[in-house]
Amino acid sequence: MSDNVDANVSDEPAALDGNAAAGLLQQIFAIDITMARITCGGCQLVQPLAALRLYGLPMGNILRCPRCQATLIRAVARDKECWLDLRGAAALHVRLD
Amino acid sequence: MAADEKSPVSRGFVGRRRSPAQAERVPPGQYVTLDFPILSAGPTPHTALEQWSFALQQGTQRLAEWSWPQFQALQQTSVTVDIHCVTKWSKLDTRWVGVTFDTLLEAAGLESAPTSYVMAYSDGGYTTNLPVTDLVNGQALVVTKFDDAPLAPGHGGPARLLVPHLYFWKSAKWVRGLSFIAEDKPGFWESLGYHMYGDPWKEQRYAGD
Amino acid sequence: MRVPRLPWRTAEIVAVRNETAHARSLALRVDGWPGHDAGQHVDVRLTAADGYQAQRSYSISSPPAAAQLELLVDYVPDGEVSPYLTREARVGDRFELRGPIGGYFIWTAAYGGPLLLIAGGSGIAPFASILAYRAAAAPGIATHLLYSVRTAEDIIFKEQLEAWKRADPALAVSLTLTRSASPDWSGYRGRIDAAMLREVACAVTESPLAYVCGPTAMVEHVADTLVSIGYPPGRVRTERFGPSGEST
Repeated sequence: MSDNVDANVSDEPAALDGNAAAGLLQQIFAIDITMARITCGGCQLVQPLAALRLYGLPMGNILRCPRCQATLIRAVARDKECWLDLRGAAALHVRLD
Repeated sequence: MAADEKSPVSRGFVGRRRSPAQAERVPPGQYVTLDFPILSAGPTPHTALEQWSFALQQGTQRLAEWSWPQFQALQQTSVTVDIHCVTKWSKLDTRWVGVTFDTLLEAAGLESAPTSYVMAYSDGGYTTNLPVTDLVNGQALVVTKFDDAPLAPGHGGPARLLVPHLYFWKSAKWVRGLSFIAEDKPGFWESLGYHMYGDPWKEQRYAGD
Repeated sequence: MRVPRLPWRTAEIVAVRNETAHARSLALRVDGWPGHDAGQHVDVRLTAADGYQAQRSYSISSPPAAAQLELLVDYVPDGEVSPYLTREARVGDRFELRGPIGGYFIWTAAYGGPLLLIAGGSGIAPFASILAYRAAAAPGIATHLLYSVRTAEDIIFKEQLEAWKRADPALAVSLTLTRSASPDWSGYRGRIDAAMLREVACAVTESPLAYVCGPTAMVEHVADTLVSIGYPPGRVRTERFGPSGEST
């Protein structure tokens, strides 16, 4: 397989990751939340939020655990409002600098 | 940028390949596309046909359930419809084959739906809510073929819901059943600010529209 | 890391440079640009005359000290935004831009090294920023760039990479061609695997920091392989570009 994901066979959406959600999330959080360590409510894996798999574009941002696929964060951002569902995340660990 | 300033136009940017608008067929704010863009809230589920089933449920009670061969043995209906995605693309004259909601009720031995609303549920955890009045009389199908071929996994195969008169997020991919519920409750996107009903002709994209 | 709320700013193209047959650098003037760290990205939003909008993310390829902000855009067949930016857009055209974004994929001299940078295709973009910054701020930090592309014609920033390599003994650059190579090609061939990584990656005992950027499948394969050869997962940072380099 080449490094071009053509070979991935087009029925699998090749996910982005939490880095690409940073712009949206920065509208809501005062800190760079992509650097937070987030605990998956499904399998308890702890990862930087940036390493979660991102789906749902362009309707919204759905961040999922790379290991068990559980949904940790769901977010929809429009010009003047955002919706955020963090129920799938067991915990967020943030460094305050 | 001030709130009332419009975004600068990027000269020469058009976006997806688009057909000239056929105004009477295209809801407000939509653009006709020749592509079939894929939007997904998660990785593509892959359910083997041997494991697949479709159910009508009410609470914990299973009212009816069909295996793949049983589902294929139900009366199949072919439709050609326009579909409209809330992300603004519309696709005209799409062709599908599947089983109407009316046929499912009949095959389940139900004179009518036991409640006024359903929550459609799918492999991968997706849900969407619909009024029963929008499913009956041929308005909704569970489809297994698109353009004369089995529905591809990326587009929701083996089976997806098809409710073309509402925004296409209501046409749940990878659908596995309909759960009859007493009151309208928000599904996956509806609980994040998308409209509970989703009529493209009234541009009901978001709650409050 | 405290971050400001980001407004959409207007970016104007001031220069265009074709890097390869399908990748192009855009130099931008952005009113009020607050500056960035090497490795960050921006969200780009295009608006058509009829109001239709599309949004994508692109890594900043210019270093923090550069006079102009530069983005690298790779043409994605059937893409919606990259065909416009690589084939239609010209000097003077404008679009909206939001940033800088993303503290996770940053590298600064304070992070130290040794550094292992692994890029696939247009995933070289954030590393161009990091390497330019490093050349000025911390040239002594042991760094190895492993860059995977399909053919020799697809190597983006080829001259610049060679220049940095010549000027800095602490920087090693390895290239691998995955699709085809001429008989006199002296670099690696084939996709990145554990054997190649063992050769370029310094010993794990030196606590290297790895960054991987490119198409999603490549990034996941490389990150998994690094972990399998002993890199602690916490020392591997990833940025997935989706299919074929375009973020979305």
